[in-house]
Amino acid sequence: MSAPGKNYLNWEKGIWSWLTTVDHKRIGIMYFATVMLFFLFGGIFAMLIRWELFGTGETIFGPDTYNQIMTLHGTMMVFLVIIPGIPAFLGNFFLPIMIGAKDVAFPKVNLMSYYCLIVGAVIALCALFFNGVDTGWTFYTPYSIRSYAGTVWMVAGAFIVGFSSILTGLNFMVTVHKLRAPGMTMSRMPLFVWSLYSTAILQVVATPVLGITLLLLIAERVLGIGIFDPALGGDPVLFQHFFWFYSHPAVYIMILPAMGVVSELIATYSRKTIFGYTAIAYSSLAISAISFFVWGHHMYVSGQSEVAGIIFSVLTMLVGVPTAIKMFNWIATMYKGSVRFDAPMLFAMGFQFLFAIGGVTGIMLATLALDVQFHDTYFVVAHFHYVMVGGTLMAIMGGIYHWFPKMFGRKVNDTIARISWVFIFVGFNVTFFPQFILGAMGMPRRYFDYLPQFESLNKISSIGAWTIGLGFLVGLYCVLHALKKGEKAGENPWGATTLEWTTASPPIHENFETTPTITAGPYEYR
Amino acid sequence: MLTSVAWAQSSSLMPVPGSDIAKQVDSLYTFLLVASAIACFLLIGGMVYFAYKYRRKTDSDKTPYITHSHVLEFLWSFIPFVIFMVVFAWGWWIYDEMRDFPEDAFEVHVVGKQWSWEFQYKSGRTSPELVVPVDRPIKLIMTSVDVLHSFFIPSMRVKQDVLPNRYTAIWFHSNLEGEFNIFCTEYCGVEHSSMITKMRVVSQTEFDEWLENDPNAGLSLTEIGKKTLTTKGCVACHNLNETKKIGPGFKGIWDSTREFTDGSSAKADENYIRESILNPNKQIVKGYAPAMPTFQGQIKDQEITAIIEFLKTLK
Repeated sequence: MSAPGKNYLNWEKGIWSWLTTVDHKRIGIMYFATVMLFFLFGGIFAMLIRWELFGTGETIFGPDTYNQIMTLHGTMMVFLVIIPGIPAFLGNFFLPIMIGAKDVAFPKVNLMSYYCLIVGAVIALCALFFNGVDTGWTFYTPYSIRSYAGTVWMVAGAFIVGFSSILTGLNFMVTVHKLRAPGMTMSRMPLFVWSLYSTAILQVVATPVLGITLLLLIAERVLGIGIFDPALGGDPVLFQHFFWFYSHPAVYIMILPAMGVVSELIATYSRKTIFGYTAIAYSSLAISAISFFVWGHHMYVSGQSEVAGIIFSVLTMLVGVPTAIKMFNWIATMYKGSVRFDAPMLFAMGFQFLFAIGGVTGIMLATLALDVQFHDTYFVVAHFHYVMVGGTLMAIMGGIYHWFPKMFGRKVNDTIARISWVFIFVGFNVTFFPQFILGAMGMPRRYFDYLPQFESLNKISSIGAWTIGLGFLVGLYCVLHALKKGEKAGENPWGATTLEWTTASPPIHENFETTPTITAGPYEYR
Repeated sequence: MLTSVAWAQSSSLMPVPGSDIAKQVDSLYTFLLVASAIACFLLIGGMVYFAYKYRRKTDSDKTPYITHSHVLEFLWSFIPFVIFMVVFAWGWWIYDEMRDFPEDAFEVHVVGKQWSWEFQYKSGRTSPELVVPVDRPIKLIMTSVDVLHSFFIPSMRVKQDVLPNRYTAIWFHSNLEGEFNIFCTEYCGVEHSSMITKMRVVSQTEFDEWLENDPNAGLSLTEIGKKTLTTKGCVACHNLNETKKIGPGFKGIWDSTREFTDGSSAKADENYIRESILNPNKQIVKGYAPAMPTFQGQIKDQEITAIIEFLKTLK
């Protein structure tokens, strides 16, 4: 039993106790710090990209530097920020507590998965000492086989980072099946846990395919085995099939946990039972399942067969259905609720706003004849930023503010948090909405320079980007301020009903004094 | 239908549609814009309305316990499903036309290379710009000599990746004379964003004249050499002055001593220049990457001779 005044933060002391910890909460916090660091760098790269694109011609650096920075921004944000962001950080911390467990099923594997991320990231960044990488985050062949030597390092790093994702997913699946507290049936799990569970399936099943693909790419470059390079008898389109077989499910690895966070936020800040619990839970599973069969919608104009394109188009439309179900359920949850507008709720509502736009433009891109026009233009760039940044990052920010009192026992200053929301939300739309128009006008993506007719919209977009940057700096200040000077928080400052709010803030080392017994569903606001 | 098409042109911000298929794409786009606007209005409007109407009044507000509604859930699954299927079928319908190549199409071969396009006509004429007759179906048969590229004419609403190991094709039927942009939309390296050229759609008589016309008639050998540097895309990587781009600038190369990465050196004479064009990565000059594709089989002997003569004038 825990001594009075002891919690997971002061349970043991010293940096070594953190680096060797197997406590899921501490590992979650380490992911928090690590992911935020990568996010800072990825964000700086984004600011540089928008600075270069502020005007036509060379603004601050040349095309080679631009392509390298674009690649670093993409790989870092995808592999080191958005994929681990919610599951490895918020998921690690809260999944066991939300189901009444003491820890994840394999605590040591959990620590190993953290170090896979670190080792992978370090190896990936070694690329910078070998002339860098300029392939974009997709590493399309045969360009990636012929470009700088750094590519091999970056690809090897991504391969190792993949294991971090696989091990976390495996851990979560087993934890959900084996470690639920007495009375915590599957249908009493919070929706955040359901979304993590659906994500875990994708992580375990899809990520190995990326691993194999990246290994083949390395084998081709280092040993000259012809797999993807036509000069060696390979097929470049095969690489795209392999790559998207992982990377399409990966976008659901990025968004499903965010949808889980939003479900928690909407219920809590509307003080209302979630509408359509079963529908939301099963729609997560449906999205997981269908997402394996839609990868070819990235390849309508790649030279794959027309029949394949048609099949992928209709399957992609099907993913829209469970996604629409979630959107409608969240809104129905607010009906006759008691809505308060703390910063986390503003982020949840911002998520719904941006995800609605990201969703309808996704349908446009799934439509064969329209995608022929929009593919590889700024329309696509705008679309995936609306779902990945407008979706996932908004949810991460909302989740941080929501669970901060639980994680650190201190409240964030709501005014500062709301100011960060205003900058991020407004800046986001100013940045990315013009990019839809640029794409419709025909501006291709990954362009270091553009024709004069695209200049004014690019200027607006850059100004928006700096506004977002400012918003995240305010958010960083908000978190640091709360860590130092935040007001003490009680067990349940928001009046939430899920299990994590019944234990101390911050939680004790074992999470609960005694193993809780669960007798009701997760959102019993009556 | 006509009015909706006209409206699409003015509101969608898409480039001027140059073909009937382009107009069909725009009609579909307009439909989706309107449907999306309605969907966003329902989703975002509903959220904002509920948030305002049911904002918290007191800290002891009670809320009703509503778990689900089968009718509502069926409706908001089924209605989107039907709309999505309609959109899919409409997109498929137009796509089918895009991929249905007319028998009588006028064929042009397209070669993509880092970082220029070359258009090859059956008459033997080659050009860095695409010139086609109006009111006639045009089929482009495309391949690449190095990495992936993607051929995109926004005004015709056509795009297709260009692959190094096989041919891909697109077709369009422009009913509008004028000048249109052509972009590369598959990332292909440092100068990807400058792999831009023009398509000129002209009348049949003007086209016939252009095709007949020997672009080199009346030109001196050095003038032909200078032109070849543009048509073959050399200037994408080489400046005509001394400054370095991807490769070295051309001025002062002739008769200079070239030092290679393996420590050897050679004088830039006729044979050196010929070898550099046909077998560029055999010897790499210090300070440069082995980035140049071979032009073996893509350049005529007379053109090489003309380039050599032109380089001699760049002292």
